[in-house]
Amino acid sequence: MNEIVSIQLDGNELKVELGRTILDVCREAGVDLPVMCYLEGLSVVGACRLCVVEIEGSPRLFPACTTPVAANQAIRTQTEKLKRYRRMIVELFFAERNHVCAVCVANNACELQDLARRVGMDHVRFPYLFPECGVDASHPHAVLDHNRCILCTRCVRVCDEVEGAHTWDVMGRGHASRVIADFNEPWGSSTTCTSCGKCVQVCPTGALWPKAASMGNLRKEPGKIGELVAKRKLNA
Amino acid sequence: MRKITINPVTRIEGHAKITLQLDEVGEVATARFHVNEFRGFEKFCEGRLFTEMPNITPRICGICPVSHAVASAKAGEMIMKVTPPVAGELVRRLIHLGQHISSHALSFFHLSCPDLLLGWGGDPARRNIVGLAAAHPDVARRGIRLRQFGQEISERITGKKIHAIGIVAGGMLQPLTEEAREALRAWVPEARETVRLGLELLARHCAEHADEVRDFDRFETLYLGTVGPEGEHELYDGRLRFVDARGGMLADQLDPARYLDWIAEQPVEWSYLKYPYYRPLGPERGVYRVGPLARLNVASRMKTPLAQAEFERFRALAEGGPVHGSFRYHQARLIETLGCVEEIELLLDDPRITSDETQAQARRNQAEGVGCSESPRGTLFHHYVTDAGGLLTGVNLLIATGQNNPAMNRSILDVARRHVRGNDISEEALNRVEGAIRCYDPCLSCSTHAVGSMPLVIELRNARGDLTGCWARGTGG
Repeated sequence: MNEIVSIQLDGNELKVELGRTILDVCREAGVDLPVMCYLEGLSVVGACRLCVVEIEGSPRLFPACTTPVAANQAIRTQTEKLKRYRRMIVELFFAERNHVCAVCVANNACELQDLARRVGMDHVRFPYLFPECGVDASHPHAVLDHNRCILCTRCVRVCDEVEGAHTWDVMGRGHASRVIADFNEPWGSSTTCTSCGKCVQVCPTGALWPKAASMGNLRKEPGKIGELVAKRKLNA
Repeated sequence: MRKITINPVTRIEGHAKITLQLDEVGEVATARFHVNEFRGFEKFCEGRLFTEMPNITPRICGICPVSHAVASAKAGEMIMKVTPPVAGELVRRLIHLGQHISSHALSFFHLSCPDLLLGWGGDPARRNIVGLAAAHPDVARRGIRLRQFGQEISERITGKKIHAIGIVAGGMLQPLTEEAREALRAWVPEARETVRLGLELLARHCAEHADEVRDFDRFETLYLGTVGPEGEHELYDGRLRFVDARGGMLADQLDPARYLDWIAEQPVEWSYLKYPYYRPLGPERGVYRVGPLARLNVASRMKTPLAQAEFERFRALAEGGPVHGSFRYHQARLIETLGCVEEIELLLDDPRITSDETQAQARRNQAEGVGCSESPRGTLFHHYVTDAGGLLTGVNLLIATGQNNPAMNRSILDVARRHVRGNDISEEALNRVEGAIRCYDPCLSCSTHAVGSMPLVIELRNARGDLTGCWARGTGG
């Protein structure tokens, strides 16, 4: 057991164990921070920056998912500045690729759409990039639509860390980055993919979806991954 | 030679303008209906998965989204080689009939009744549904309720009045609940009475303006529509029938999937609407019409008793042959609406309709699929070609208004020749020219795959094309 220290979370004094992340502590204390790249059961990458918090004494913002708690930290999670930044991040997600909810298979079953509602996004202030993005339907069971990918890399991590296949990777830099199968092969030609479907289940948007699904009946269960990982630890 | 332009045409779905070319003595020489909007659905749908199309293509239009969804789902089912379960077909048919009612109610009560009840020369500012509500509140209210009934069917099944989610390749995502069935059934008698009110209003108008209705325009064309196995009137699923201007059978029980064997299109430089024609007879003699008038002209009978009685009265107008007057589109539309209400009652009484088994599953089993349904404005085709993964490599949408395009131009010419002479163009004359278009209830959103309404602008041009006069009415842009 690690050392127990005192912190302040939104003005409330807490005793917490050193070594845990701020996100962990927030969740235990019932403070619901928005996340997108974070998924229980997978490694943390701090990519989406939605869970940023303020720590007194520092001018910068910290991603709660990767920042460990420290003694006497005074953490703020719901300031106006943070809310503004979170909304901006979500707007940038929408501006970067081609998210058209009205015709998306994930309409009403999309973490990005839910998040946009949650942060109060009623319009996007940034010019849309409208990039040309491909759709890979070469796999017999599922589709990869780059138009709707936000590069959270959940698919990459679940494939590597939970399934052990490491079919997915990210190629390119900046907003030209794309998730690729193997060495940038059509997904259906992948020699490593086991067709387990975990990547589809963890994808927060309509970027990865089963061919059998239609708008209105898409159901994903990303929470199953955390359960699976926990069960494996129990059995180990 | 002078040219008059009506731009845009009002109380239709979408943007358009009319050009009337006058000769040296001020008589109308030619008339052209220009559709100047372009939307490009056929192009940007390429690269999408064919199973997404029942959700994408309804976005072409908010008036007949169900017809697009149904045609799209059927094209998908052909690609998958799958037949939906009975309940899926029945529920889909129910929503489709509901959309016909809401669209036909909109066309007759909201868009056309102002002309019929307030007069062609009435104040343009009041010659609309609001003016109708002030002058004839009961007619307006009941018309609005009828439209609501059609949309309620969709809402009760899918949770949405417009752009319903749940019509998919393979059937329906949602079943019809017992509660919804009871609620809809309770609405049927009111809907039936409203359609009969519409038919009475129209009959009165026709009796009071017999000469005008007869002479509105009456040029002869071929007709295309879907019929059932015994030639009965059909809106949801069936085979194609072409009849000639005398009612002779040109072709019957055609497989809609082979529509290109029978229908050809030629582009024209002055409109985004192409000119389709009946291929065996060529572009000149092959002009055909679709929609309510055409469907009643090709059908051997209606499926339900009240609609059948009205059908017999309708066909008696031409002694059993095709009825050519475009004004009769209104009557045909109301007869169809009556048939829809009756068929809905029958469907709601079918015990199979509330089964939970509404969707069949399958994968892509062939590259190509054609889906056909009778939309409120006429026969609608969706034609998809896919690659091995199911992504669309080719999309062709043949829309009802597009097929009526050659005939609409003829109707405008007919009406304009009777009502437009020389420089002095009355507001009533312009409205009558527009009214000829409105008979077809065109949906330019669909046919160009465009939305909106704009004020009316008329330009008068001399033989060299110089602007010599301009009239404008309406607001907005």
